[in-house]
Amino acid sequence: MADRVIAGRPIVEGAAEGEALVTTEALSFWGGYDFHTGEIIDKHHPLAGVRAAGRILVVPFSKGSSTTTAVLLEAVRAGTAPAAILTTGVDSFFALASIVADVMYGKAFPVIALEPGDAAVLRTGMRVSVERSGAVRVLPQRHGDTEQSRPR
Amino acid sequence: MLTLSERDRAMLAGDRGPAAQLAMSIVVRMAAVYGASELMDVSQAHIDSTIYLGDATLEFAERLTSLGARVAVPTSLNVSGVDECGWQDWAVSPEWAAKAARQMLAYERMGASPTWTCAPYQTKMRPAFGQQVAWGESNAIAFANSVIGARTERYPDLLDVCCAITGRVPAVGLHLTENRAGELLLRLERVPQALQEDDQFFAVLGHLVGKLAADSIPVIDGVSVQPAEDQLKAFAAAAASSGRVALFHMVGVTPEAPTLEAAFQGRTVPAATTIGTADLRAARQELTTADGRDLDMVILGSPHFSVAEFRQLAPLVAGRRAHPRVKFLITSGRLMKELAEAAGVLAPIVEFGAQITLDTCILASPMLPAEIQTLMTNSAKYAYYAPSLLNTRVTFGSLADCVRSAIEGRVVRDESVWQTA
Repeated sequence: MADRVIAGRPIVEGAAEGEALVTTEALSFWGGYDFHTGEIIDKHHPLAGVRAAGRILVVPFSKGSSTTTAVLLEAVRAGTAPAAILTTGVDSFFALASIVADVMYGKAFPVIALEPGDAAVLRTGMRVSVERSGAVRVLPQRHGDTEQSRPR
Repeated sequence: MLTLSERDRAMLAGDRGPAAQLAMSIVVRMAAVYGASELMDVSQAHIDSTIYLGDATLEFAERLTSLGARVAVPTSLNVSGVDECGWQDWAVSPEWAAKAARQMLAYERMGASPTWTCAPYQTKMRPAFGQQVAWGESNAIAFANSVIGARTERYPDLLDVCCAITGRVPAVGLHLTENRAGELLLRLERVPQALQEDDQFFAVLGHLVGKLAADSIPVIDGVSVQPAEDQLKAFAAAAASSGRVALFHMVGVTPEAPTLEAAFQGRTVPAATTIGTADLRAARQELTTADGRDLDMVILGSPHFSVAEFRQLAPLVAGRRAHPRVKFLITSGRLMKELAEAAGVLAPIVEFGAQITLDTCILASPMLPAEIQTLMTNSAKYAYYAPSLLNTRVTFGSLADCVRSAIEGRVVRDESVWQTA
C-alpha cells in the first residue's frame, strides 16, 4: 500500500521522523512540559504523564503561558524536545521556539500547519515522517513500533 | 510579502549593532510566520523572558547583552527566577539563585526598568488606551488588551525582548483594529447577583471562559456588577491559563465593549453560548485538587498582589495570628510592597505572620520546601499551575476563606453563596 501523504504548510522548515503523539487539547509547555525528561506534566491535559521527547507532536495550538517558548528552547538544548510539532493553523509560539533554537543552537525543529481535517487522520502510535516541503507521510507500521507494544 | 522600511533594512544589516541585528533577524523571521506585509513601531514593551528556567534562557539573555543589546523603547520586566533579597529563607539552591540573578542582571543591562512584576499594568509602566505595545506574560497581555485597550499581540518569551530591542513588531493580529472584534459570544444566564458579587466569581468565570474560548476572542455578556480592577486581573490571568485568551470583551465593562454591537465592531453577533450557575460551580470545583483536610500554606498574589489587595487583606488579619503550622505567603512586586508600607497596611499583615516574596513567585522560583504539599489560594492561576509545576494539591477559595483557614490551621470555606446559587 502506498504511504499516505498529507500536504502540510511548513511554518519552520525541516525534516523529522518518529512516532506520532496526537492530542486535540491545546497545551502550555510552561506548567505542561518537563524539559528535564521530555514528559507532558499538565495534570489537566489528557496526555499528562506521556513522554513527547523525540516524537511528532500533533496538537491544535499552544495555550497559556508566554514561557512556553522558553521551555521548548530549554528542551531543544537538553535534547528532550519533540522531533516536530504539527498544529492546526499557524502557531507563532512553536515557530518562535524553533527559530530561536536555530539561532542559538543550530537546531530548528519542523513546525507544520495542517488543515484540521488532515490532522484528524493522524493517530498516536503511527510512524510519521515530516519533509522540508511540509509533506507529512504516514509510514507503514513496523512490528513493535508503538509505545503500547514496548515493554515499559 | 514582507516589505521592510529603510530603517528596518539598516538594522538587519547591522547598522545599529550586532544585538539589534540579531533581534531584527528574529522579528523578520516571525513576520513571515505571521504573514505580515510590514513592521510597525511599538512605544513600550514588557519582557517575560526574564524568568530563569535553565541554561538556555540564561544563554539567550547573555548572548544579547554580550552583543551590547539595549532596549529601544521604555520596557518593564516580568518576574525573575529568584527573590534576590529573600531566597535564603526558602529552598532555593545557591546555584539557581546565582544563575537567576545573572539573568536579571542581563535584562537590567539592556536598560529595562527593574519592575520585576507580572502586573506591570499596576506600575507607572501602565500603557494608555490605544497605545501600541509589545508585551509578554499571558495575564499581562490579556489585561493590557482587554481592560486597558492597549494593543499587543500575544508575544512569547524570547520574542518580546527582540521587539523591545528593535522597537518594531509585525503589523498583524491584535495590533490592528479589524482583528480585535469579538468572535464568540458567551452569555451569563440567571447567574444571581449574590454570586457575581462573590470575590471568587471573576476568577472562576475567567477559568471557564478560557476553556470555552479556544483560540477565539470571547465576548462576555450579562455581567451585572462592575468588577474592580483586581477582579478583572484575576479574570484575565485565569482565562490566559486555562486557555489562550489574549483579548476579551466584557459588555459594559471593558473599553472596547460599551455595547454588545461595539464588542463585535458592528459585525453579525453570533448565537450565544450560555453560562449558568451549574457551569460556574463546576469550574470552581475544577480549581480545587486537594481533599480539603490538611493545609500547609496559603499563597496569594498571582498575578502579583496589588496595593488595593494589601488594603483589602489588612482588616481581615488585623489583630489575628496565623496558625503556627500554616505558612502564609504573598507574592508581589517591589513597588506594591512600598506602597502598602506607605499606606500603613503592611504592618498588620506581617504581624499576622505573613511572609512576602518579591520579584518572583512560587511557580517561577523553586522556593517551596518538599514538605509543603497542600496549598490554598484565591488565585485561579496558582490553582491551575501549582498541581503540575509543583506537584502540590490546591484548594481554591475566597480571600476571607484563605485568612480563616490560615487562622484555624485547616481548610475552611464559606460555601453558602455557591451552594444556594
